[in-house]
Amino acid sequence: MAREPHDYDDIPGTFVFDAEKSRQGYGINMFCMSLMKDANRREFKANEAEYLKKFPLTPPQTQAILKRDYNRMLELGGNIYFTAKLGATDGHSFRHLAAVMTGSSQEDYAAMMLAGGRSVEGNRSKSGKAKPAAAAKSKPKSKRVSKSRSQRG
Amino acid sequence: MARIIAGVASSHVPAIGAAIDNKQTEEPYWKRVFSGFEKSKEWMAKTKPDVAIVVYNDHASAFSVEIVPTFALGCAAQFPPADEGWGPRPVPVVQGHPELAAHIAQSVILDEFDLTIVNKMEVDHGLTVPMNLLFGSPEQWPCPVIPLAVNVVLYPPPTGHRCYMLGKAIRRAVESYPEDLRVVIFGTGGMSHQISGPRAGLINSKFDKAFLDNLTKDPKKLTRIQHLEFMREAGAEGIEMVMWLIMRGALDDDIEEVYRFYTVPASNTAVGHIILENKRRPAKGKKAAARNKPVAGSKKPVAGKHKRAAARADYRNVRRGKR
Repeated sequence: MAREPHDYDDIPGTFVFDAEKSRQGYGINMFCMSLMKDANRREFKANEAEYLKKFPLTPPQTQAILKRDYNRMLELGGNIYFTAKLGATDGHSFRHLAAVMTGSSQEDYAAMMLAGGRSVEGNRSKSGKAKPAAAAKSKPKSKRVSKSRSQRG
Repeated sequence: MARIIAGVASSHVPAIGAAIDNKQTEEPYWKRVFSGFEKSKEWMAKTKPDVAIVVYNDHASAFSVEIVPTFALGCAAQFPPADEGWGPRPVPVVQGHPELAAHIAQSVILDEFDLTIVNKMEVDHGLTVPMNLLFGSPEQWPCPVIPLAVNVVLYPPPTGHRCYMLGKAIRRAVESYPEDLRVVIFGTGGMSHQISGPRAGLINSKFDKAFLDNLTKDPKKLTRIQHLEFMREAGAEGIEMVMWLIMRGALDDDIEEVYRFYTVPASNTAVGHIILENKRRPAKGKKAAARNKPVAGSKKPVAGKHKRAAARADYRNVRRGKR
């Protein structure tokens, strides 16, 4: 069955870790979780491919881990808080992972953050249909608040 | 009677914890962040709460993907710092308040919030970093803490509206606890950030500042922000901001903003912080509340000290589907 489409598929450069991804990536995330123990980290580093056989991984998932392809791991159901543990096992800072995922150098990524981060302008929507958010704007129209109470039904 | 006297919101960036642990707080990059919390520490030292309820999220430390509770209330006597891959943070063991926590659990579950009770749990930077920012780095934390872990890792997290209403239920729970305790509630996480995928590094100061404004003056507006909007505007991980709404729900509608701080960046994240105090003391006894109860179905705003009773009646109507 094809994956059910979701409204958040329209957000560019983003893998939303939803229930389907969680099901798909269970092996990736449990592998990453195992790296919280030092003995496991050492065993993994000694023979990565062999260690990965302990987990229910598909061949593309195994390849993504071995190649440290962090975006592919996310695409195949990994979650960043888990895959970051693999980065830590390699002795990499989070900035390294961010640079890998965004396809930039660590220096460029750090400079972008210092300059205020990646702008949301031009990064809201793949389809280009999304408008800037309305709900979070300040200057509330307090009169209207009470009228729209039925919104939660 | 116990009561919630104030709410605090703060980002919980792990790198802030690392900067504290590695004694880098005086470096220019970090000084910019930490200087924003100097006043907050003074405020906290003066406020001296008896208990803190800290709403936070676990980052694959206590909960992996094996069990993912939406709301998990820490009812243990102690919560040791978790090993997040570099050894546990050198912070004191968090002391719980099992009696109040058990009371809250019982109260909010009967109030239809089916949270998970956790009697053994380690706590990660999500909880300990905001504590450092508000309490500093003491030998022992100055008050017991009730952790409330919220799932914001596996989509979908609870809605902002659900979080806000849970805050109200927590308030009712606290106020039905017989011991005189002054409670401060923390909402942590946020503000805008995305740490995953090709769009990592996203920051949206405009969204954050509007969120801070509305947190003070129109939190109900924030409860209508949909998950899609949080992720699109504030980054995939910016959705953590729903946790701030639990804190806000636990406060009066009309509150006083005591302090605010905002800076970009700390590591990959926009750092936001706000302190909100309840203005007036809660009315004593049930009589006052009963007297102030508005006529059912009335949507007319009630002035001044009647507000809280009105809010309660209003909430009951929501549950009965009258709104």
